[in-house]
Amino acid sequence: MLEDKDRIFQNLYNDFGADLISAKQRGDWKDTKEICGKGREWIIDEIKASELRGRGGAGFPTGLKWSFAPKEVGSRPHYLVINADESEPGTCKDRDILRFEPHKLIEGCLIASYAVNAHKCYIYIRGEYFNEGQKLQTAIDEAYKDGLLGKNSAGTNWELDIYIHYGAGAYICGEETALLESIEGKKGQPRLKPPFPALIGLYGCPTIINNVETISVVPTILRRGGKWFSSLGRPKNTGSKIYCISGNVNNPCNVEEEMGIPLKELIEKHAGGVIGGWDNLKAVIPGGSSMPLLPKETCETIKMDFDACVENKTGLGTAGIVVINKDQDIIKCMARIARFYKHESCGQCTPCREGSGWMWRMLERMAKGEATRDEVDMLLDVTKQIEGHTICAFGEGSSWPVQGLIRNFKDEIIERNKFDPIVKKQKDIPYLVDQHLLEKENA
Amino acid sequence: MAIKKISKAQPEKFEFNKKNKETADSIIKNYPSGKQQSAVMALLYLAQKQNDNWIPLSAMKYIAKYLDMPYIKVYEVATFYSMYNLTPVGKYFFQVCTTTPCMLRGAYNLVDVCKRKISEEENRLSKDGKTSWLEVECLGACVNAPMLQLNEDYYEDLDPKKLEQIIDKISNDEVPQPGSYRGRLSSEPENTRKTLIGNKNA
Repeated sequence: MLEDKDRIFQNLYNDFGADLISAKQRGDWKDTKEICGKGREWIIDEIKASELRGRGGAGFPTGLKWSFAPKEVGSRPHYLVINADESEPGTCKDRDILRFEPHKLIEGCLIASYAVNAHKCYIYIRGEYFNEGQKLQTAIDEAYKDGLLGKNSAGTNWELDIYIHYGAGAYICGEETALLESIEGKKGQPRLKPPFPALIGLYGCPTIINNVETISVVPTILRRGGKWFSSLGRPKNTGSKIYCISGNVNNPCNVEEEMGIPLKELIEKHAGGVIGGWDNLKAVIPGGSSMPLLPKETCETIKMDFDACVENKTGLGTAGIVVINKDQDIIKCMARIARFYKHESCGQCTPCREGSGWMWRMLERMAKGEATRDEVDMLLDVTKQIEGHTICAFGEGSSWPVQGLIRNFKDEIIERNKFDPIVKKQKDIPYLVDQHLLEKENA
Repeated sequence: MAIKKISKAQPEKFEFNKKNKETADSIIKNYPSGKQQSAVMALLYLAQKQNDNWIPLSAMKYIAKYLDMPYIKVYEVATFYSMYNLTPVGKYFFQVCTTTPCMLRGAYNLVDVCKRKISEEENRLSKDGKTSWLEVECLGACVNAPMLQLNEDYYEDLDPKKLEQIIDKISNDEVPQPGSYRGRLSSEPENTRKTLIGNKNA
């Protein structure tokens, strides 16, 4: 278990208050000038040495991302954009950073802006977090007043302005290029990549986009050294992370822990155990709703970091752990997630727009036991046709949870939906037969 | 995205009041010159607040002129994002989160209360015309589930009984205290905190 002194977010539970004076007492804004004085190269190298991976879900190495920004500013200005559009079901870590540790974020913005040559930083907060945004705005105003932002930010001779941009309730705007579209005042529909935002991003200018948690840990890493951060966890999965544990546990909570902590320890120790005891556990979604669920056997042993999750055919994602116990109907839970994706699909790519609705309707029928046995395979087939055929990763995000359900609980679905399809008996009714499946049978 | 209905009854004219005009102008300054279109989301939100929590078509036309952009682009944005109401909603607008983490902790019991105490259907005004409710997707407070949003505030750790009390208060035009209804101040584990214990006593 991580020692308290190694926890980065000391005010995660708001024991001290979020204002500038208490933030300074906790060590924020200390030596910011000296850190920036060591130069861009040093900052990026130190972040690379810390092996910090993005905390927004994809886990892309942050130092590497920063190094993609052009070294010299050409005719186009550079931008830093912070992604605070936290909408992944099961995740509520950024909310606590915005309301309790805003100065960690603002200081991180300054250092990151300096490292990537940006004079303007936009923080995209989801519209529902109105109060959290107000708290962040208060903190930004405090920082301006104290000379920590503006023409000569914190004595670094670097000019930085931070603006908040509110979203309006679209999950897809958490996707980085959709977020840029949204800031430009358009519908939040993702762009094709390449070109990557690091070269052509906001208003066609080089843009670096990072998650709130990623940026907020940067000042502490630079102060304590990349080596310290990489000594936590294991190689390539270093540092600490805020885990959100929700669902059927006795004490749902957010907790900052070392990367690679066993899932069982998180649930049993921090979240007070599964409701009805560990044996009552049915499944766990380890990384926000987009990640495939884990059956109980895997939950016994799995360690929570990026690579261990991938080995177990899931992903750490945003580390939003949703615990589902045996009192729940697992198919219904997944049907509800499918409904979420159906609601949130931006409608740009056909496989996702149509497929997310198909998956939802099929799962709803399966939950009621009105589907046929063959439809389980058909559903899997649908997920495979969405995955990888869309502009952004929403296609994967919507189909993986369904695949996870089928992979782990296929028997249960078939048990409930075991009658044969009507079409089997009367194959010569052309409009009843799914041609696509027939072809497979004939092949 | 969700299907959006445009209200049949539309006011003829919309204009920002003086205060909102100032706010709008200061928001436009946040973006580079020539990129005033970026402010469209914020302006739509301002219009919604000024016009009893919904956006009429005349407001979209007004904003399009204000930002020097095509009306259809404003219309696109207003219909794309789910937080813009294009038909009148209650003065007190309940948005109940029912996505899986909340559902696991009984969000549908809250929906039942809303059905019983506000209106049978979503987005239908209550008998006294003050409240309406809507099922929404994840609001990002999963650790404090089940929860709902009333206008701009989060009401967390609810149960059906507490929600009934909230609705009763609302019908008397009292706005109850937002936040957790089990006395939690943050997302710490209730009573069993294992981390940052030194800070708690500080």
